[in-house]
Amino acid sequence: MNLDSKIPAGPLADKWNNHKAKLRLVNPANRRKYHVIVVGSGLAGSAAAASFAEMGYEVSCFCYQDSPRRAHSIAAQGGINAAKNYQNDGDSVRRLFQDTIKGGDYRAREANVYRLAQVSTSIIDQCVAQGVPFAREYGGLLANRSFGGAQVSRTFYARGQTGQQLLIGAYSALSRQIGLGTVKMYTRHEMLDLVLVDGKAKGIVTRDLVTGAVESWSSDVVVVCTGGYGNVFYLSTNAQGCNVTATFRAHRRGAGFANPCYTQIHPTCIPVHGEDQSKLTLMSESLRNDGRVWVPKNKADCAKPASEVPEEARDYFLERKYPSYGNLAPRDIASRAAKEVCDEGRGVGQVVDGKRLGVYLDFSAAIKRLGEAEVRARYGNLFDMYENITGENAYKQPMRIFPAVHYTMGGLWVDYNLQSNIPGLFVGGEANFSDHGANRLGASALMQGLADGYFVLPYTVTDYLAGEKSGSRPSNDAPEFKAVVKDVNDRVAKLLSINGTKSPRYYHKALGKITWEKCGMARDKAGLEGAIRDLQALRKDFWENVKVVGSGDALAPELERAGRVADFLDFGIMMCLDALTREESCGGHFRTEFQDAGEAKRDDAQYAHAAVWQWTGENQLPARHVEPLVYEETQLSTRSYK
Amino acid sequence: MVQDNGKEQTLALKLRVWRQRRGQPGAFEEHSLAAVPTSASFLEMMDMLNEQLIKAGKDTFAFDHDCREGICGMCSMTINGMPHGPIPGVTTCQLHMRNFRDGETITVEPWRARAFPVLKDLAVDRSGFDKVIQSGGFITVRTGSAPEANNIPVPKPVADEAMDAAECIGCGACVASCKNGSAMLFVGAKINHLNILPQGQAERDRRTLSMVKTMDEAGFGNCSNYGECQAHCPKSITLDVIAKLNRDYLRARVKEFFSSTGKPSKGGD
Repeated sequence: MNLDSKIPAGPLADKWNNHKAKLRLVNPANRRKYHVIVVGSGLAGSAAAASFAEMGYEVSCFCYQDSPRRAHSIAAQGGINAAKNYQNDGDSVRRLFQDTIKGGDYRAREANVYRLAQVSTSIIDQCVAQGVPFAREYGGLLANRSFGGAQVSRTFYARGQTGQQLLIGAYSALSRQIGLGTVKMYTRHEMLDLVLVDGKAKGIVTRDLVTGAVESWSSDVVVVCTGGYGNVFYLSTNAQGCNVTATFRAHRRGAGFANPCYTQIHPTCIPVHGEDQSKLTLMSESLRNDGRVWVPKNKADCAKPASEVPEEARDYFLERKYPSYGNLAPRDIASRAAKEVCDEGRGVGQVVDGKRLGVYLDFSAAIKRLGEAEVRARYGNLFDMYENITGENAYKQPMRIFPAVHYTMGGLWVDYNLQSNIPGLFVGGEANFSDHGANRLGASALMQGLADGYFVLPYTVTDYLAGEKSGSRPSNDAPEFKAVVKDVNDRVAKLLSINGTKSPRYYHKALGKITWEKCGMARDKAGLEGAIRDLQALRKDFWENVKVVGSGDALAPELERAGRVADFLDFGIMMCLDALTREESCGGHFRTEFQDAGEAKRDDAQYAHAAVWQWTGENQLPARHVEPLVYEETQLSTRSYK
Repeated sequence: MVQDNGKEQTLALKLRVWRQRRGQPGAFEEHSLAAVPTSASFLEMMDMLNEQLIKAGKDTFAFDHDCREGICGMCSMTINGMPHGPIPGVTTCQLHMRNFRDGETITVEPWRARAFPVLKDLAVDRSGFDKVIQSGGFITVRTGSAPEANNIPVPKPVADEAMDAAECIGCGACVASCKNGSAMLFVGAKINHLNILPQGQAERDRRTLSMVKTMDEAGFGNCSNYGECQAHCPKSITLDVIAKLNRDYLRARVKEFFSSTGKPSKGGD
């Protein structure tokens, strides 16, 4: 497997500018001769598709939702980081870079992260010009707030709906191009496979979810921005439709999948309440700016209402363990600390499966300090959402929160140009692996999606296209396309024909139970080995006993779900295998065998690399390759937030 | 909701759910569903119904949904005659079963509007909304051409008002609740978001004329001030966005008239 990272030479601060100066260009008159396919319409996909079209390329964009505006980037609440230093509190590109690389527990590629910090400031400029209504000071200038894992205030926000507003900005840029006819938008289309011609990505195969038509599309380059794989855990904060199929199908065609075991568990979600639950809801991390996290010191107090636990009997465990960051400790650390106190039997709230899985997030001190009106102004929509879901008023009693799967740092392997090991297949946003290492800091996902879409892919994809002869793309009548269309049709027919006894959701739940218990917040060798065996058995059962109702020629949600679950089953095995073979703890990957009194213990000598998995065939375990992570300017240190 | 005996409270329901294939007439089907936890969301209740149908070997009800946290705007459903159901300010995905009674009959229909044809069962085609945005719901700014962000001060009250309007999730409940199938609340929200910001001034008239023209062409009806849209908007967008849309439309038309050179009008292209 060719895993040349193509990191440019020179000092970190100059790499991107030097590289841009060397990237090849395509003459404006020639650009329209190239067809660019963008899959996914979230921040990365919409931004990339709009930018390519503005440059003059012919663009087709695909999404499974009924409108590009619905992609799950829309659900991000808290904010977007940028090194503007508007607060005069010591921020800089280098500081944002350092925070991000440290936040990722030194498992991200240094050069990519530096570039991310560099372009962060242009993102804010772009979004403001688009009309994104960021929060303002009374003087009319932009406001900031602080976020986990940083000691400066660099987060820009639009109430609790920053992702929504940024996505609507990117969607409006994309819509403008659709209106001009430069982007053809295909909604309710799901990418079910990638087409390679002579080893290069030259198109995709989709299923029209309304008519069931399976079609192929040829292009000069394919850009996949289809998000993460959090739904492998069944319950997550992801949207119901989020899936790994596009990236996993590309993986099956030869693309390396990097670090699938790096998953982020977000500390501030509403706890699980029952068996029929389909989704976990995130409460923005920004709540931790003013909320204090605690559990009772004594187990005996756990069943009591919070108001009956006196101040001296409360354990503010984040403030106690991490005094310098306190309630703003990074996500992986805060999540694990919550799990720890609940495992000790000091959790609060409803008993599910014999355990109380929840901790308090208490605003009473903030309400006393700021007044209820100010707390309402800052977080009102989140308090409303909490009350709506739980039926409890968080102004009167503390919220109960528990960690939930939220984001996945692993993804398709890409080089510095965001190109996978398949020439012509580029990957942006959460779908790639490159910027967040083993843990992502808050307000960095929006930054990365837009950085890739607006300011990286337009340059690097152009460089690739400059090397492809215009007009050389194959017709989608070519045998390579027909063969992949046949594969997709066969698979759809197979799923519909099994006619067993158990629903796709049954398998999805069973899969999620295994992955969450064995490959969730804490992992160990025996558990992971067992999980792989269990998942292999579950996969076998799926292909013998799944029942898919509906027909292939109309909207068929069960067929969609079955296809996605089938890919998640294969993927889940790879994820557990990745967790098993990374014998260290880092960021969101916590192996209980490798720890210093509860803190992750990295092994830089053995594991300062990205693990990249190669597909080896149906029902085979994938093969592990490595890309060593070379740190030119960063001193690897133990991540401490104490 | 947990009862004193530690058990979750549940409901038995009768459901009348709309069944339809694209281009064909539809009808209600009746189903019973037992043991629905009051803590479940409305869509989780629909998941339970669909799982029950799969067990019986029957086709499930197709419905649109995605984020299930009230922000993507994909879920729809008219519940007991009300888009997004009886609770103000929430989407169907955020409606919880504790708001219904044991033994109740619940009627579930798709959005009912000429501009939103049914695709299957409860899922409709809302691409008319996208067409309206494509015709002008943006500020033209090419990637890379933006000035430094703080060069454009926006007074806080203006930014807040723009944000109020920008909260629209494009779900279509306004159209579904309107006797005329009007999209004025949706279009008004976008016009208010962009037309009051300093960044949006250059294209203000052009945007307004173009979006209204596309709205009419997409088959949405006119506003006659029933106010149902405001009552059912899950994001509590208020009728004043329609008043401001009318004002901006009038302003743009008058300016267009007086600036006319006698050549054919280009307004709305």
